[in-house]
Amino acid sequence: MWDYSDTVKEHFYNPRNAGPLPDANAIGEVGSISCGDALRLMLKVDPANETILDASFQTFGCGSAIASSSALTEIIKGKTLEQALEVSNQDIADFLGGLPPEKMHCSVMGREALQSAVANYRGEEWKDDHEEGALICKCFAVDAVMIEETIRANNLCSVEQVTNYTKAGGGCSSCHEGIEEILAKVLAERGEDFKPAPPPEKKVPGKLTTLERIRKIEQVIEKARPNLQRDHGDIELVDVDGKNIYVSMKGACAGCQMEAATLGGVQAQMVEALGELVKVIPVKATAKFAPNTLPA
Amino acid sequence: MSIPSPTPIYLDNNATTRCAPEAVAAMLPYFTEQFGNPSSMHSFGAKVGHAVKSARASLQKLLGAEYDSEIIYTAGGTEADNTAILSALKANPERKEIITTTVEHHAVLHLCDQLEKEGYTIHRLKVDGKGRLNLDEYAALLSDKVAVVSVMWANNETGTYFPVKQMAEMAHAAGILFHTDAVQAVGKIPLDLANSAIDMLSMSGHKLHAPKGIGALYLRRGARFRPLLRGGGQERGRRAGTENVPSIIGLGVAAELALERMELENTYVRALRDKLQAGILSAVPHAFATGDVDNRLPNTLNIAFEYVEGEAILMLLNKQGIAASSGSACTSGSLEPSHVMRAMGIPYTAAHGTIRFSLSHENTETEIDRVIAAVPPIIAQLRKLSPYWGENGPVTDPEKAFAPTYA
Ligand SMILES: Cc1ncc(COP(=O)(O)O)c(C=O)c1O
Ligand code: FES
Repeated sequence: MWDYSDTVKEHFYNPRNAGPLPDANAIGEVGSISCGDALRLMLKVDPANETILDASFQTFGCGSAIASSSALTEIIKGKTLEQALEVSNQDIADFLGGLPPEKMHCSVMGREALQSAVANYRGEEWKDDHEEGALICKCFAVDAVMIEETIRANNLCSVEQVTNYTKAGGGCSSCHEGIEEILAKVLAERGEDFKPAPPPEKKVPGKLTTLERIRKIEQVIEKARPNLQRDHGDIELVDVDGKNIYVSMKGACAGCQMEAATLGGVQAQMVEALGELVKVIPVKATAKFAPNTLPA
Repeated sequence: MSIPSPTPIYLDNNATTRCAPEAVAAMLPYFTEQFGNPSSMHSFGAKVGHAVKSARASLQKLLGAEYDSEIIYTAGGTEADNTAILSALKANPERKEIITTTVEHHAVLHLCDQLEKEGYTIHRLKVDGKGRLNLDEYAALLSDKVAVVSVMWANNETGTYFPVKQMAEMAHAAGILFHTDAVQAVGKIPLDLANSAIDMLSMSGHKLHAPKGIGALYLRRGARFRPLLRGGGQERGRRAGTENVPSIIGLGVAAELALERMELENTYVRALRDKLQAGILSAVPHAFATGDVDNRLPNTLNIAFEYVEGEAILMLLNKQGIAASSGSACTSGSLEPSHVMRAMGIPYTAAHGTIRFSLSHENTETEIDRVIAAVPPIIAQLRKLSPYWGENGPVTDPEKAFAPTYA
């Protein structure tokens, strides 16, 4: 069962402004019985100032289609046509406390019925080339037609690009197979093969590249030096090996009882700067750089 | 959705059933004291091994299988379906065709769609307005290029039976493996697999008051087989992975209960279903039962209500505590109504408004009376909202009276 908000349920169980409006002078009709939802929006517009005096609807469709229609009539009553046209499908969804992604098209239908009714009032022709496809990305409510058209219009060739243009695939990534299928189809029309991108580098948010990491480590060391130098000591970065950061303590600091405290402070700053647990380990510079002095 | 206040009436037993309390009670020790691995060489394991063996015998009896080793436990109907079809392809690599129907469960259809992309030829048998197959069309397709025939025993939406025993014999005569998805049939009608030509049969526990996530593939002794999952030697090397012991025990108990209640299913449950159908159809105009109503599961009733949308009906039913399901597009989040309704050529004016009521022996006549009283006002209320419905009936030509700017 859909996870409908209480407002959606309320508007479905007790729809506002349902039924024909006998003296309507603006009627918009969208959808069809074969699609599974259809909406007739009827408005009574005051010709003097184009204010919507009354609105009503008749809807064939699911719970959220009926709730969206009901919400729409409540939102636009009292507005001028100009103001009403500013109402977006997101406004309808927001009024209802949100809609499941699969159901966003119900709010789109509401907005289109409104445009169609206004066009009808003004004696204009309203045409919408909007076409809907199967829902591919649930995270961002993007359908197949939208993805396909975007790929075509922009010559896209990777899932990443599709995500950048449409958002589809940018969430849980479970729709990537579906996006790849559409890509393969459109690319085949262009006579190209779809080549899947290599698996992305696993990048934990905020994870540093090796170079960035070394730079950060150096910065922390540099920041610690002036204090130590004042005490006639010094600290130098010797090597980095995974989580172990080797430093050499020099001068007055080497071996002094403050060494441990100093290293503790440096280590805390390292952890802070790198966002990971590391160990700062003192080494004798000579031992590190002169292997032949090591015991045989 | 919050639990509605009126006493709930559950009429969605083709979706899933309540696990029988007897099954739950029998399972519980296998989570605690009897936790051993049936493969282990100690008494913890041995006891469990015996229990699994007797559960297997219970299921064997329900299926009417000749040997208990013909049962391979799986994680449900979907796995059994996938295992059967993929096994047949692996076992017959030179055969690149599959025969199935347009109205199978997605567990078969979506697998076949994928196999089609991989280069296999899929023959999908069509159905007529009542959901029946044309066996001449079937016979003409049988050839040595076909690796497997997969045809369901009873349809999950309409309950309509396919003549699987006859079709299995035809497949056999042509030297082709025959699989049937009997997920909806097992436990509701007597089966006698030992005396059939069926090579493979899928079943699922949660449709017969056993737990979810357990099922089985029946594999006739001697039928060629290639496992889907390889690993340890469980299920005689045909389905690796440590057995889901508690669920196997639960399924064993549920199988025994189903056998005891088989008679009830075909008398009591059938009578309730028939009463529900007559009650609704006599009170609601422009509604009809779909499928082959004289040849269907005793518990299933699928009614198409014209000019209303299924999900809206379900929500209003749910408000009164009545649980059913719908083949409407909206309930699945897709744009098309159920593939079964479309395959039968049910017009769009009705296909979006199909409601499936699926009963079990747990339902009572009082409940059925309540549903018969609840449905007509709900349909009337929704039709009043519909632009396709006039004062007392559908507007004469719905597609014309309602002239949308785009469709
Ligand atoms: C006919 C049919 N086949 C297969 C399945 C899938 O079974 P399971 O849910 O155990 O995987 C179902 C259940 O919905 C079914 O009705
Ligand atoms: S469904 Fe597309 S990113 Fe989650």
